[in-house]
Amino acid sequence: MSDQNAAVGAGGRLGVTPSQTVGPFLHIGLPWPDGPYVVPEGTAGAVWITGTVYDGAGQPVPDAVVETWQADPDGRFDHPDDPRGAAKPSIPGFRGFARCDTDADGRYRVLTVKPGPLPCPDGGTEAPHLDVTVLARGLLDRVVTRIYFPDEDAANAADPVMSAVPPDRRGTLVAEPDGDGGLRFDIRLQGDGETIFFEV
Amino acid sequence: MTGLDDIRAPGAVTRGGLVLPHYPIPKDVHPSLDSPEYRSTALRHPTQPLQLMPQRLTEVTGPLLGEERVGELDHDLTRQHDGEPQGQRIIVHGRVLEEDGRPVPNTLVEVWQANAAGRYRHTGDNWPAPLDPNFTGVGRCMTDADGHYRFVTVKPGIYPWRNHDNAWRPSHIHFSLFGRAFTQRLITQMYFPDDPLFFQDPMWNSVRDENARQRMLCHYDHSATEAEWALGFRFDIVLRGPQASVFEEEDDDDE
Repeated sequence: MSDQNAAVGAGGRLGVTPSQTVGPFLHIGLPWPDGPYVVPEGTAGAVWITGTVYDGAGQPVPDAVVETWQADPDGRFDHPDDPRGAAKPSIPGFRGFARCDTDADGRYRVLTVKPGPLPCPDGGTEAPHLDVTVLARGLLDRVVTRIYFPDEDAANAADPVMSAVPPDRRGTLVAEPDGDGGLRFDIRLQGDGETIFFEV
Repeated sequence: MTGLDDIRAPGAVTRGGLVLPHYPIPKDVHPSLDSPEYRSTALRHPTQPLQLMPQRLTEVTGPLLGEERVGELDHDLTRQHDGEPQGQRIIVHGRVLEEDGRPVPNTLVEVWQANAAGRYRHTGDNWPAPLDPNFTGVGRCMTDADGHYRFVTVKPGIYPWRNHDNAWRPSHIHFSLFGRAFTQRLITQMYFPDDPLFFQDPMWNSVRDENARQRMLCHYDHSATEAEWALGFRFDIVLRGPQASVFEEEDDDDE
């Protein structure tokens, strides 16, 4: 038996393991009790982002997981691959990451703080955003989108990722005030108002 | 953060002075989101083309977490209850690697699976196979400095579903991997060799490339088998990795 089953592919590199769906029983394996909390409850300036995941028939998707990843409010990451250096977040308990499985009504929620803007390698600036992974029964690979903030019109207009998206669909990337102090960001996997998804 | 403070090979040198790793998109590996044989994809795959997103700071970083959420017995699915679960006791182990063979140390590996009778401990699983009071079917562990992980569990049973006539899922264990960058996030399923049900399984067959499909298989590993105790299976997981060097950046050659 060989010590390693990872097949060597083109150029001497190993072949990547293929993606598969999370299936219908993701709820036993993926949720964490503290999953939705990018920041601890009670953090100053924290906002709930809530939303519903919809399928192509407009039906809620009750077997999805939404994950988010973001910079801290200073636009820094506690990560060694950030060439500016890993930076400890100024907010105690800031994790940068959230995970929430959808409920019977297809709803998810994430408690977070708005990240800072980010410098781009080409000299531009990215508007505050969260990267989003959606996993679900029926999704054989994850889909990726971004959440932008509705009170950042100027920054959003200058954002290079947003600017590359067809103008009539940019709105699918911007959260809306929910009238209750929070933000709403629905995800439409298919059909009318289909969310912009990225290949990254 | 042991093992995570090495410097990655830079993928792009740019005017802004930010040098970021670059993770090329793997070709002919992942299934198409639109795979009609798996019926649940019909209303859930995007119909608009995906937008290409350059990899910037948010994409080349990712959550480096997990140690604090792994309990003492989380890696041993046979010891999470008062008694032992029914079924064939197995050891599933392997390494989490990047494409260049570099191990991914200290990364969280999460698994979930059906019990030996093919039933998940989930309110949505109602097929008439018994639940096992001694089996939850959920595990997690961290890879060590060499990217190695190890679980003890029981072989999951085969179960029916309603995708097509007389449809059965091959034995499989769900795996969730983070790697160290948002680009590396991977959810997959590990299958067992010689399963008779691959021919009719739309998930297995959604990976079109035969070589790629084989990478979802574990292999019997006698060196990991423990005498009079448990059978060993090896499953290495390869995450997409950063480009080897700045000089391979194609964009830099032309202009």
